[in-house]
Amino acid sequence: MDEPELDRRLTAIWSTPAGVWGTLSTVDHKTIGRRYIVTAFIFLALGGMLALAMRLQLSQPEARFIGPDRYNQIFTMHGTNMMFLFAVPVMEAVAVYLVPLMVGTRNIAFPRLNAFSYWIYLAGGMLLWIAFAVDAGPDAGWFAYVPLSGPEYAAGKRADIWAQMITFTEVSALAVAVEIVVTVFKQRAPGMSLDRIPLFVWSMLVTSFLVILAMPAIMIASTALILDRLVGTHFFNPAEGGDVLLWQHLFWFFGHPEVYIIFLPAVGMVSTIVATFTRRPVFGYLAMVMALIATGVLAFGLWVHHMFVAGLPRLGESFFTASSMVIAIPAGLQIFCWLATMWAGRPVFKTPFLFVIGFVVIFVIGGLTGVMVASVPFDTQVHDTYFVVAHFHYVLVGGAVFPLLGAIYYWFPKMTGRMMSETLGRWIFSLIFTGFNLTFFPMHILGLQGMPRRIYTYQPEMPWSGVNMFISLSAVILAAGFLLFFIDVIRSAKSGSAAPANPWGASTLEWATASPPPSYNFGRLPVVGSLEPLSDNPETLPVATGLSVNRRELVVTSLVEALPQARESSPGNSIWPLWSALATTAMLIWSIFTPWAVVWGSIPVAITLVGWFWPKGVPEDDS
Amino acid sequence: MKTWRILLLSILALVSACSGNQSALDPGGAAAIHIEHLIIGVVAVCTAIWILVMIVLGWALLRDHSQESGRSGERQLTLTVTAGLGATVLIITGLTIASFYTTRSIGLPENASLTIVVKGQQWWWQVIYADPDPAFSFQTANEIHIPVGQDVRIQLESADVVHSFWVPNLAGKQDLVPGRSNSIVLRAERPGVYRGQCAEFCGMQHSHMAMMIIAEEPALYQRWLAAQRSDGVKATNPEASAGMAAFLSKPCAACHTVRGTPASGTTGPDLTHVGSRQTIAAGLFETSRGSLAAWIADPQTLKPGNNMPMVPLTSAELRDISAYMESLK
Ligand code: HEM
Ligand SMILES: [Cu+2]
Repeated sequence: MDEPELDRRLTAIWSTPAGVWGTLSTVDHKTIGRRYIVTAFIFLALGGMLALAMRLQLSQPEARFIGPDRYNQIFTMHGTNMMFLFAVPVMEAVAVYLVPLMVGTRNIAFPRLNAFSYWIYLAGGMLLWIAFAVDAGPDAGWFAYVPLSGPEYAAGKRADIWAQMITFTEVSALAVAVEIVVTVFKQRAPGMSLDRIPLFVWSMLVTSFLVILAMPAIMIASTALILDRLVGTHFFNPAEGGDVLLWQHLFWFFGHPEVYIIFLPAVGMVSTIVATFTRRPVFGYLAMVMALIATGVLAFGLWVHHMFVAGLPRLGESFFTASSMVIAIPAGLQIFCWLATMWAGRPVFKTPFLFVIGFVVIFVIGGLTGVMVASVPFDTQVHDTYFVVAHFHYVLVGGAVFPLLGAIYYWFPKMTGRMMSETLGRWIFSLIFTGFNLTFFPMHILGLQGMPRRIYTYQPEMPWSGVNMFISLSAVILAAGFLLFFIDVIRSAKSGSAAPANPWGASTLEWATASPPPSYNFGRLPVVGSLEPLSDNPETLPVATGLSVNRRELVVTSLVEALPQARESSPGNSIWPLWSALATTAMLIWSIFTPWAVVWGSIPVAITLVGWFWPKGVPEDDS
Repeated sequence: MKTWRILLLSILALVSACSGNQSALDPGGAAAIHIEHLIIGVVAVCTAIWILVMIVLGWALLRDHSQESGRSGERQLTLTVTAGLGATVLIITGLTIASFYTTRSIGLPENASLTIVVKGQQWWWQVIYADPDPAFSFQTANEIHIPVGQDVRIQLESADVVHSFWVPNLAGKQDLVPGRSNSIVLRAERPGVYRGQCAEFCGMQHSHMAMMIIAEEPALYQRWLAAQRSDGVKATNPEASAGMAAFLSKPCAACHTVRGTPASGTTGPDLTHVGSRQTIAAGLFETSRGSLAAWIADPQTLKPGNNMPMVPLTSAELRDISAYMESLK
């Protein structure tokens, strides 16, 4: 079969119908991934506006722009939004888009679950923001410590809305994690053995396992909180034999790995960008993979460093000091490997690479302050102060947002078929880099000077006002950088210059297909013979044939060697994941008001699941 | 070598030059002094590491990349990365040991001779000086007097949500957790007034939950103890007497205690010697007749959300009550 004919036949079975129906029923991982990314960036913008509001209020002592009630909602929303609605989802979103392309398959595993997970995420985000808009936003902090978030001290539905939003994002994140694991384990292109998996895919694999292992802790915690509030149990009530610290343990057993759920994908992005823009593979592939896995394992051993001042036994604290320090070792190893790559390669200073350089500068500071707060005595002074605010913004913004922005510049041509502006990119990078450091570096000083965090104001006699004003002004520079970024994205998506299939001369599989990729990803499935399939012989990438052109089919390969094992059909478009998500949303929101919602609400959910899995028969196979 | 030292020194100078009151970098207590040494040491080491990494980064990016390094370069890279990794392990070990050492130097609560109970309340500090002889026990609020040069054990409890007791010039912080009893040791090396503030978000007025630690020479401290143990001062002038009568007849007495009068409420701070305390409303205002009057007239505007309702008073009653409050030395 010649190429145009192949394209015609594959498009006929893989493409999404146009119009509203297609939009609502698509199961194409690229469409869903793009949608997911855009939604996450909208939440980033909203969260950024909250941050500016906070900076306005804190720019002067005893300012009265925002009252304590609204301020507490704002900082809670900011944290919740950035962690649960932006940082984690955006990484998953990028993976939803890229992982199938990078491993050379036609769709993600469980495509309908994928559609479902996006709808559920959107619903959870909207629940939170609508609540905030009607002044019912949660106000007990993004980690919602009990008893402040418990039945006695948090009246109304604010804390319930927070806890239920957690459930939404859990469901969505878990679904994506499972899809990624199965896609990577069973759908890799023939020949992509474990030691030929791109580093970004490795990082998403480890991340997905972290999601699968960490989420149950927060599920238990938020469920127990809802039960305390709604049913009158006493999990966290010491007067009735409950325990306040139980919440903190459960929350941080999830919360610390969550930081790595955000950071590890970024590590993968950095590795990808470094390899492309230094024109050589990342130095120490095996070391990088081991470091990823080591970080993933260690991430579960140091949650207590968030509770050093809660009054735990000293010996325990020493153990967690040591384990928190140890995690600096794999992080250091990764940095050294990237530096070695840059040293040995031939760097090309394009915008994605600039963001990676910014990442190294900033993230190393965040890592070092992390070593500082891992020390118990040090932490007892800076815990819950602006020093910690500075530390985790250096880690999260430096460690995740910078790589992410680099990744957007890098993969934008693949996703849209258009290039982003290189000139604007330099401006954007400079503004964000400068604005970021001017905003957050001084916070270290504020913290050592005794300014606690989560305060809506401070008194004029405290020596903090000058620095706070400086920070607030710097935040405007940072915001300007982001504004310009959004402008550039929208402009480039409409009228950027056309991108070739492989504009950066990269070597991973996603660049082996057109930009943007056709609905079926690859006309003929690539066969992989090395870690860098495209730089070996870009013109003559070997291909596998034999898949049906009359129905959606994938190749299933073996776990270690990626030897072809079977042809597997991939589900077609369906509206049922959307109905199912709506039914689930209704049940979860209803259950904020009565536990009976779980009983009655499960009926519509069950009905939609029947629709979802109803066998439709398989089109004739012609091969 | 020289540049990084200058940079480091200027950063440290920048940080410490800014230290005012309530600062971890201006220690007046034993624990805070140990921790400050740790902070300076660790910050110095980390700054040096960061600068080193930046130099390597700059060098890696900007060096002349035209001459290709072949296979042997690869082996050299492996050696360098391994060396870097080894150095990381050593430094991490060193910092961990330094941290353990500091922990051990900080006093243990068991060795303290004096215990003061501090109970966190939304949004003020209840301070209990308990004595085996109940006649010697008393309570105060938002102000803790301690003798200089002595280990004082602060026993931390919470009446409602999690708070955190933090006086950075004297020691690190420690949470007050409902259902538990934690403790921390304060030992002031020099007399002074040290400001502290709740560090764990505890609700609406978390921002306005400060306290004063007044460290004074033992003799002065004893004098203060004696004064606090006595009942509230009797009203001496007609205004104060009228104020006392009004205080007792209004809802004030339902929430506040003034020893020596029938007022024995426990919801709000004990007011027996409120006039002698430096601040009211947990550090919000200096104690003066004006600020007392302003507070009593409208606590909700001054500190929105706090648990003291506005009690309707005539202007004469307000004037008298504030005179009475001020007289409670
Ligand atoms: C007109 C009668 C009242 C007077 C003269 C009065 C006086 C005061 C004063 C002087 C303070 C500051 C104490 C300090 O910070 O050391 C205070 C705080 C407080 N009062 Fe009252 N009070 C009155 C009524 C009440 C009532 C009826 C309640 C309880 C329902 C109450 C609860 C509180 C609470 C909870 C605080 C601590 C507020 C904070 O700092 O967050 N008060 N009151
Ligand atoms: Cu507080």
